[in-house]
Amino acid sequence: MSRARSLVLLTLAASASAALAWGGFAPIHSLSRHEVFEIPKGTWARRMSGDKVEILPDHIQLTLGVRDILLLRNQDVVPQIFGPTLMMPGQSFELPFERAAEYQFACTAHASGQMTITVDPYPANPWARIRWRVRELLNELKEI
Amino acid sequence: MKAPTLAVVVLCWLTGVADALPTPAFKAGLFNPARLAPDFSLQGSNGHALEMSQFRGKVVLLSFGYSSCTAVCPVTLATLAQARRQLGPAAADVQVVYITVDPERDVPARLQAFLHAFDSTFIGGTGTPAQLAGVRKDYGISAQRITVGDSYSYSHSSFTYLIDRGGRIRALMPYGHSSEDYAHDLTILLKE
Repeated sequence: MSRARSLVLLTLAASASAALAWGGFAPIHSLSRHEVFEIPKGTWARRMSGDKVEILPDHIQLTLGVRDILLLRNQDVVPQIFGPTLMMPGQSFELPFERAAEYQFACTAHASGQMTITVDPYPANPWARIRWRVRELLNELKEI
Repeated sequence: MKAPTLAVVVLCWLTGVADALPTPAFKAGLFNPARLAPDFSLQGSNGHALEMSQFRGKVVLLSFGYSSCTAVCPVTLATLAQARRQLGPAAADVQVVYITVDPERDVPARLQAFLHAFDSTFIGGTGTPAQLAGVRKDYGISAQRITVGDSYSYSHSSFTYLIDRGGRIRALMPYGHSSEDYAHDLTILLKE
């Protein structure tokens, strides 16, 4: 193996180790603890025209101390059943969670009639932090 | 994906920064803006007419269920009774209203007996199926009848609304919260 190739591999290994170390040990801090879902204006009209509009997933994953407040907003012009509750036009609903658990809500907006919110414990150990960061990155990339 | 967009995503990911909003002070879920609780006219378990508007000036805990419920309702009502005890004299300004989803079995006397096993101040409401369906629609309550052998049960919304002295729906407490959580939020609403 050439010296240059060894140097590249060594650099890559060091970088990966540094990234893993950062991912596992750097504290997780988020300025917002909100997981936001919105019913956009025109949703009711789209549903009336036969368009199947799914806004709120039937499973939501939250993390204590990092993202543990569900924030729902109805931006449409008519009242909507959104998650566990009825929301008026322009109204928001902010639901905090303080315990790691799985929460079931009756939700007529879903075919199953149920919505599940899983609240994970705070990612206190390195592997949990790495998993959380990877999941966050994938979620961010999905939204683009 | 454009490079600047990717850079922003990675930067946000690295710093964990997103849209900043303050953490709510309530244990329950808060509505913003709060809307006026829809009024209704039902038959009260105490033999009198039951209207939401008659409780203006009090904080109301509004829950839906049925007296034959063996899982959710007894837990919720026991929790609400415990929360009232924890409030001490201030509990005089807290009214629990429990509306049945099962008018076939929940006649006023049965509702009264069921509720008074938890707290003698609790008031139940019943009415015709059409009346109750209207109330459920106004409050976004689901109730589905399930046949069980020769009998039946209901799958129903299990949360409790917190309605302030002005008659506005301020918050929704999901099933499973402790009496301490209720007492915490009630204390805030009672001070307003």
